[in-house]
Amino acid sequence: MFEITINDKKLNGDDSMTILDAAEMSGIKIPTLCFLKGFTPLGACRVCVVEVEGANTLTAACSTPLRADMVIKTHSPRVQRARQSVLELLLSEHEGDCKFCSRSDDCELQALALELGLEAPRFEGEKNHLKTDSSTAALVRDPEKCIKCRRCVAVCSQRQGVGALFPQYRGFATTIGPAFHSDLDSVTCVQCGQCVAVCPVEAISEKSHIADVLRALEDPEKHVIVQTAPAIRAALGECFGYPPGVLVTGKMTAALRRIGFNKVFDTNFSADLTIMEEGSELLQRLRTVLEEGKSAALPQFSSCSPGWINFTEHFFPEYIPNLSTCKSPQQMFGALAKTYYAQKSGIDPDKIVVVSVMPCTAKKFEAARDEMCDSGFRDVDYVLTTRELGKLIRLQGIDFTSLPDEEMDVPMGLSSGAADIFANSGGVMEAAIRTVYELTTGKELPTENLHITPLAGLDGIKEASLRIEGTKSPWNFLEGVELKVAVAHGLGNAAALLEDIKAGKRNYHFVEIMTCPGGCIGGGGQPRFTTDEVREKRIAAIYSEDEGKPLRKSHENPAITEIYAEFLGEPLGEKSHHLLHTQYTRKE
Amino acid sequence: MTSTPALHQNSAEQQELLHNIVDSLKDQEGALIPILQAAQDSLGFLSTESLKTISKLLNMPYSEISGVVSFYSYFTTMPRGRYTIRVCLGTACYVRGGKQLLEELKKILQIEVGETTEDKLFSLEVGRCFGACGLAPVLMINDEIHQRVKPTKLAALLAPYKSENDSEATDESPKISQEDAQ
Ligand code: SF4
Ligand code: SF4
Ligand code: SF4
Ligand code: FES
Repeated sequence: MFEITINDKKLNGDDSMTILDAAEMSGIKIPTLCFLKGFTPLGACRVCVVEVEGANTLTAACSTPLRADMVIKTHSPRVQRARQSVLELLLSEHEGDCKFCSRSDDCELQALALELGLEAPRFEGEKNHLKTDSSTAALVRDPEKCIKCRRCVAVCSQRQGVGALFPQYRGFATTIGPAFHSDLDSVTCVQCGQCVAVCPVEAISEKSHIADVLRALEDPEKHVIVQTAPAIRAALGECFGYPPGVLVTGKMTAALRRIGFNKVFDTNFSADLTIMEEGSELLQRLRTVLEEGKSAALPQFSSCSPGWINFTEHFFPEYIPNLSTCKSPQQMFGALAKTYYAQKSGIDPDKIVVVSVMPCTAKKFEAARDEMCDSGFRDVDYVLTTRELGKLIRLQGIDFTSLPDEEMDVPMGLSSGAADIFANSGGVMEAAIRTVYELTTGKELPTENLHITPLAGLDGIKEASLRIEGTKSPWNFLEGVELKVAVAHGLGNAAALLEDIKAGKRNYHFVEIMTCPGGCIGGGGQPRFTTDEVREKRIAAIYSEDEGKPLRKSHENPAITEIYAEFLGEPLGEKSHHLLHTQYTRKE
Repeated sequence: MTSTPALHQNSAEQQELLHNIVDSLKDQEGALIPILQAAQDSLGFLSTESLKTISKLLNMPYSEISGVVSFYSYFTTMPRGRYTIRVCLGTACYVRGGKQLLEELKKILQIEVGETTEDKLFSLEVGRCFGACGLAPVLMINDEIHQRVKPTKLAALLAPYKSENDSEATDESPKISQEDAQ
């Protein structure tokens, strides 16, 4: 502990802190651009420079540790001029027109120009002419807008363990992207969109489906229905100025009606269905091993996160048999919308357009997979991210904040609280255990408030175990079994967990993996900017949505009972097998 | 500046060679660069297949490896001709006519820097100072240095390489199929 001076104010600090940390503690905002909390600072952009007494040159605040007796000026005229010049140089190489840019509502570069008081451009820089890359289903890269901050590199390789993006070439010709100047589809990218979530500018974005959705809505022949993932309701408000963690389920429903969707349904409905199918699948695997003494792939891995599916297919194909064969809730919904719902409502499935609103870019990729046509049609037609829905609402002139709360439509809008928590890391596991425990013992899960606390929160790898006692027939083979489960989020954590399982260091019956840090609430399609504080608020909001529901367990949802009685038969039955389950392919 | 590496297919022996190179070097600190050097030395150039093989064996992302390959001008991802001509464009050579030499070579060979002639005889590169500034302008053909070269003498300078190739039946440079030249 030593003393430093920052803008004439004395402060105690130590050398584990950077100048940026010290400024934050004293309520001073130093502008940053390349800096990304939680990653080693690169000191690449120099926007954060400050003056340190005794030093000849200006110092990058994000990457410089405090030293005893440092005297720091964060906003001296010299500093301000330097920051302006840095930004002017960046802008002079930046090929973009804010008026026509999808990021003009949340662009960090533009915001910085405003904050630093830039007026007219002083330099006209040489520009790298590079083509836009639309090679993948979910993402668009516009390298001409890239400011080379390398946040995407850090996130893709360190957090996700994928490594699709790296600096290529050298000097002025440097680009940040896939190998050489190739397109993203020529390297392994799991389409998670975590790069999109951290990119400060419009250099990587989701491939927009807004225009397609508008065209469908305009077509009088089409019956356009929408499903929203649980994570949307805890984040959409942020697009309209609400603080993170405010639930806007009712307003979101009202907005979707006003946009013109014929039915407003819920991915939660098919999340409940997923629990029935995936829980039954787990019990079947356990029976094969424990009762029949045969072998089955355990642990079973959850399969609702399409980035994780891509990751397994590319990096851990030996674990494909462990993946639950259940489609994700989005795809179960699509397959049922064009069969069950079409039949029930007497509408020609060919005329039904299914739109989903997802916190995720990989869902766009998933919806476009060849095999996702089990209804006889493309099961899900278009996927909007939370951010795109925010734009669509604004585009339609809807004043979101003054909307009343409305309820979703039946039957595919009914759900339990267990479905809500699919949005949080640990939630799918908790939802599954609520149902599996009760089905096998006839008793409610005996934990406080039905939660499994060790599985909640932002730790990268979490585990829990639960002894099953008092089983009823035909589940007696589970009597006294210690059910061991684990949860990981962020693919880097998933890979670490898998390596441990492979090495025999850990073993489980069931493992939940979500691609994005924090789970879907931290998805690549969520409003920017998602920090850990924001994640925690969204997580808390989701748990309170669950707790406020009259039904908290998937098997209690009457719409689920109805669909099995009227249409599907039983979990893992023939129809389920055809519509709700899928298979995976090893990829290079 | 290179774009996507050649889609050359390695023979079984070449793949084995690559495996051996990676195996023998992979445990050292910063193994990637020595591996790339050794691979280029024995295979002539780094094709997509070679790079992807290295990526898999090292368990290192392809984009990361390409970042290193594209950073150093030493690495080449295109098949080379039998003779690599490097024209020095260091300061001394530049002011004493290196640039004109390069332009003339482009004309004679009908290729740009980084490319290889259709007959696979010559590749053209630029270099930065071979340490022979007193003899500027300088160019190198494989390991041989040629000094005080004049643009007008270039054709004569290249002639022996062409005829030497005609008379020699053996070819120790890697076999390159027609498609690789793109
Ligand atoms: S990326 Fe930002 S600065 Fe660039 S054009 Fe778009 S809004 Fe403007
Ligand atoms: S989408 Fe995910 S895997 Fe693909 S480049 Fe971005 S961060 Fe990497
Ligand atoms: S793509 Fe975006 S995040 Fe990546 S380096 Fe460029 S500007 Fe930064
Ligand atoms: S934010 Fe500190 S150098 Fe970029």
